[in-house]
Amino acid sequence: MQWINAIIQGVLLGGLYALLAAGLSLMFGVMRIVNLAHGALAILAAYIGLVIVQGTGVSPFIAMVAVVPIMAGIGYVLQWGIFNRALRMGGLAPLLGAFGLAVVLTQLMQLKFTTDSQSLQTGSLSIASIRITEQISIGVLPLITFAAGVIVIFGLQMFLSKAPLGRAMRAASDDSETVPLMGIDNRQVYALSTAIALGTVGIAGMFLGMRGNFDPNYGQAMLIFAFEAVIIGGLGSLWGTLAGGMVLGVAQALGSQMNPSYGVLVGNLVFLLILAFRPTGLLPKAVTT
Amino acid sequence: MTIDTPAVHVPRPHAKVRRATKSSWAGLAVIVVLLLAAPAVPYVLDKGVQGSLVTLFSLIVMATMWNLLAGYGGMLSIGQQAYVGIGAYALVYISDTIGLDPFMAVPLAVVIAGLFAYPISFLAFRLSGGYFAIGTWVIAVVLMQITLQIPALGGGIGVTFTGFSDLTPGRRIAYVYWLSLVGVALAVAVTYWIMRSRLGLGFTAIRDDETAAASLGVRVTRSKRFVFVVAAMGSGLAGAMIAANTLRVQPDSIFSVNYAVFMIFIVVIGGIGTIEGPILGAIVFFALQQWLSDLGAWYLVILGVIAIVITLFLPRGLWGLVSGDGRIRLFPVGYRLVRAAPEP
Repeated sequence: MQWINAIIQGVLLGGLYALLAAGLSLMFGVMRIVNLAHGALAILAAYIGLVIVQGTGVSPFIAMVAVVPIMAGIGYVLQWGIFNRALRMGGLAPLLGAFGLAVVLTQLMQLKFTTDSQSLQTGSLSIASIRITEQISIGVLPLITFAAGVIVIFGLQMFLSKAPLGRAMRAASDDSETVPLMGIDNRQVYALSTAIALGTVGIAGMFLGMRGNFDPNYGQAMLIFAFEAVIIGGLGSLWGTLAGGMVLGVAQALGSQMNPSYGVLVGNLVFLLILAFRPTGLLPKAVTT
Repeated sequence: MTIDTPAVHVPRPHAKVRRATKSSWAGLAVIVVLLLAAPAVPYVLDKGVQGSLVTLFSLIVMATMWNLLAGYGGMLSIGQQAYVGIGAYALVYISDTIGLDPFMAVPLAVVIAGLFAYPISFLAFRLSGGYFAIGTWVIAVVLMQITLQIPALGGGIGVTFTGFSDLTPGRRIAYVYWLSLVGVALAVAVTYWIMRSRLGLGFTAIRDDETAAASLGVRVTRSKRFVFVVAAMGSGLAGAMIAANTLRVQPDSIFSVNYAVFMIFIVVIGGIGTIEGPILGAIVFFALQQWLSDLGAWYLVILGVIAIVITLFLPRGLWGLVSGDGRIRLFPVGYRLVRAAPEP
């Protein structure tokens, strides 16, 4: 029964990882940028939420309404300030720029907020749960997080396939040289893509802060978990990322069930096994449109 | 209809190509003088300076190797601390547990780092670009997590290096200094040799166009794997130097991603894709580290901002400024046309 419980908790945890990974996947899909600052930005979102919650006393869910546009704005500015230029430089410049940004952000957060663990308080919601059997109960907050992950991924998928901007983003991804000939400014499409990606990072960061503790250095682990979810699921597939997040979450939960200190290690080992034996991931791009 | 005769490439007998330049001869002279003078340091300067120089040498080794991997091989790794850790642990284990002479243990530690890197390359090479970067990082994290579980390596507490403990402190630091001096000279020399060899030429081709290089017979994957293993061995050497200098090896610190941060910032600031850049970068980084040490975490913020600005506006780094975009070369790896052949 404990093991079934661990699997259920792992699946729900996977929703959070998928939520985190969605933005990483989107930026890579549109611009081929692997945003190494992704984890640090998620933690930044959580801290912005914390400042709002502590300053106004509103619930983290209300604060999220402000955090998402703030993060989207940061994304828009970062794209014009750093990434568009780095893309034009080519080579390793986008990665190096993102890496520098990750280090600077992490250090600045340490200076401002210290390395003490923080969390976003959700009051009675944090302990609310639905009892299934004697031993198995599902936390309401993890369930909401999971639902948010599914909704964000579904929303992104719909947006990319239906909305005009989504089409422009796919076009810029497929052929960045032809898109400007159609009267679309790539750089603006990229900036809006990063804005959307960081909007999802805002949601992910808030849930991350509500579900557990965070500190400035936690961004490293978040980047790694998001990356593992993307690779396990298969590059270029958003639904794959959701599946990858769930596999990673279950692996970590089962590892923790074996020994509390094994969780992350088992998750990493499962990732390496998938990399060794199924490098295209669980749901490679060919499956989805 | 005229038939074009295919252009026959006639070798021009009078063209003259050189690798060395005036600046490289001058540079060579300076390097020879430095290498002749450097061994005398323990007789002249005190222990603290020697310890600092060992730290500087380890930074130069790490940066030179990271540059070989990223600047020449195009593989941006955030996981070279894996081999720093392996080198450090291997030195302590071989010297203290097995009981071999520390001077023998260092080359063995370097080989062991290479032996780890070879199979790891097969895993890491399944990823490319930014995902390769994070993948190498995950591998480093896994190695740290496994080290934590091995009682023979001291678990989370780590191990203390006692190989030199029967020496007086003055003699010990002098030995470590000489060892590191040989290490840094070898690391730079090996990189220089690789880049002047056929392999180096292949890398220049891969960097410019991987597909075209492959079609012309450059063995892309094999070349990359070779450089991956050499870079790991170099990082292992740096790890052994650090362990011999600090005497303490702990999983959290020796496998710390901060080493990768240092390597990347040093190479970016100094100038990526040159042999001189990482050396200059390491000296500048080391000086900034001493100068900004009172600022605490601010120093990494400042270095990070400098690295971002250099990436975006000065891609050749400080060495690019100093050398006038490549006119001055201490380590010439390319070819230079001295005199073109007369037109036929």
